[in-house]
Amino acid sequence: MWSFQQAAQQIHEWLSERMSAGWALALEMVLAGLMAIGLFAMLGLILVLMERKVSARMQVRLGPNRVGPKGMLQTAADTLKLLLKEGLTPDGADKWLFHAAPIMAIVVSMLLLAPIAFAMDFQLWDVNIGVLYVSAMSSLMVISILMAGWASNSKYSLLGAMRSGAQIVSYELSAGLSVLTVVTLTGSLQISEIIRSQADGWWIFKGHVPVWIAFVIFIIAITAETNRAPFDLAEAESELTAGFHTEYSGIKFALFFLAEYINVFVLCGIGATLFLGGPMPFHIGSWEGLNRIMDWIPSSVWFFGKTFLLIFVIMWFRWTFPRLRIDQLLNLEWKYLLPLGMVNVLLAALIAIKGWHF
Amino acid sequence: MGVIRYLRDIWRGAVSLARGMRRTLYYFLRPKEIITQQYPDNRLTLNLPERFKGEVVMPHNENNEHRCTGCQACELACPNGSLKVIYKYEITAEGKKKKAIDKLVYHLELCTMCNLCIEACPSDAIKMAQTFEHSVFDRSQLIKILNKPGSKIMEGVE
Repeated sequence: MWSFQQAAQQIHEWLSERMSAGWALALEMVLAGLMAIGLFAMLGLILVLMERKVSARMQVRLGPNRVGPKGMLQTAADTLKLLLKEGLTPDGADKWLFHAAPIMAIVVSMLLLAPIAFAMDFQLWDVNIGVLYVSAMSSLMVISILMAGWASNSKYSLLGAMRSGAQIVSYELSAGLSVLTVVTLTGSLQISEIIRSQADGWWIFKGHVPVWIAFVIFIIAITAETNRAPFDLAEAESELTAGFHTEYSGIKFALFFLAEYINVFVLCGIGATLFLGGPMPFHIGSWEGLNRIMDWIPSSVWFFGKTFLLIFVIMWFRWTFPRLRIDQLLNLEWKYLLPLGMVNVLLAALIAIKGWHF
Repeated sequence: MGVIRYLRDIWRGAVSLARGMRRTLYYFLRPKEIITQQYPDNRLTLNLPERFKGEVVMPHNENNEHRCTGCQACELACPNGSLKVIYKYEITAEGKKKKAIDKLVYHLELCTMCNLCIEACPSDAIKMAQTFEHSVFDRSQLIKILNKPGSKIMEGVE
């Protein structure tokens, strides 16, 4: 059966036959880069459209429905419009930082993409500290926001950036602790190892109570880390016009916008990998027939299905809950999520030592 | 019992958030609930709510009779003077003077569709119509005379 892993293998063999190993590797890297950029563009178009459609349905509206069949081309038209718009640089802005910030944002999102397994054995970089790498890189997101806020020379931008800093520094902790729960149970930081450990059941089923708690905390934490409502204090359009990207327009604004959605995708992908088995199919104990059918579905479909499910949940949050105040936001983290996460890690450690998971 | 209260707070918060999410999911799963109307497309099959307020009109019956007594209650009720009753006195069969309207002038350009005139009217002579395509090129066309020419008051309306 056709799979991403086989296709990659065939391309590798085809290239190795025709040129030296170094050139083949270089060409493969270029190819991987092009695919990453292609994925970026596709995800940007699809996720923005999905967001608009989901929000419309939840607010009893229709959503975009004019451009193309059922409004499918709306985001493509919007992107075209953004590309053609003038990129304005405000007077008194720190020019160098101002131009570097959106590039920084998109580069961080691209780096985050590296250890994600899009299908079984199909990864750009199977580093042995994959989970640590992702949490390290995702905390770099705040740097681009701080750069944008500082360089814009605007009070809205600066306020948004400062809030974002406080927010990401705090929520990084509970995201890390909830990831640690799964790492404790698996005993490895490597993404491929974590996926293999879920061959006989996803961690959300195998790890029961501590993993459930960790999953909920993780979802809340990544919603905060990606600056999405109800934690969108960095943008807060009703208070700060657009927060850190108030002064950006045209393609630079588009890069920020794209980076936000890519971050959502990548962090949801990590969540799907850690808790829902990533590309692993859904199996029920000894039901051979069902397991056979589930195996027949390609692993990439499993991965993208789970990821989009989590993305839907995050969009669902956004269109249900009102925005938190900054003190409420920090209360939630330091008084509730962090203590719970810490107790939860201890519980997970106990379960891992005693072997109480399935 | 700090710990119990702490855990109860978390539980209550989670339940209340779940309630909100259930409501949005309810609408997400039911596209039939969508209330958006694709206006220019469905112009012929418009489905307006019953209490939609478009403009003030005065219904007339087939004999060109209305129910307006010219009592000026609507004029008094109107907060921004959109209605103006121009009245006259008619001599009845018994030789008495009786108040009647000559014109009921309605300024659509001033009207805020607040419905106060309709509520004030003691004889249900005016009501809100469902029309809403009011744009015209000349402002003077928005000043309307609600009673039709040659109309008179219905029998039995005092």
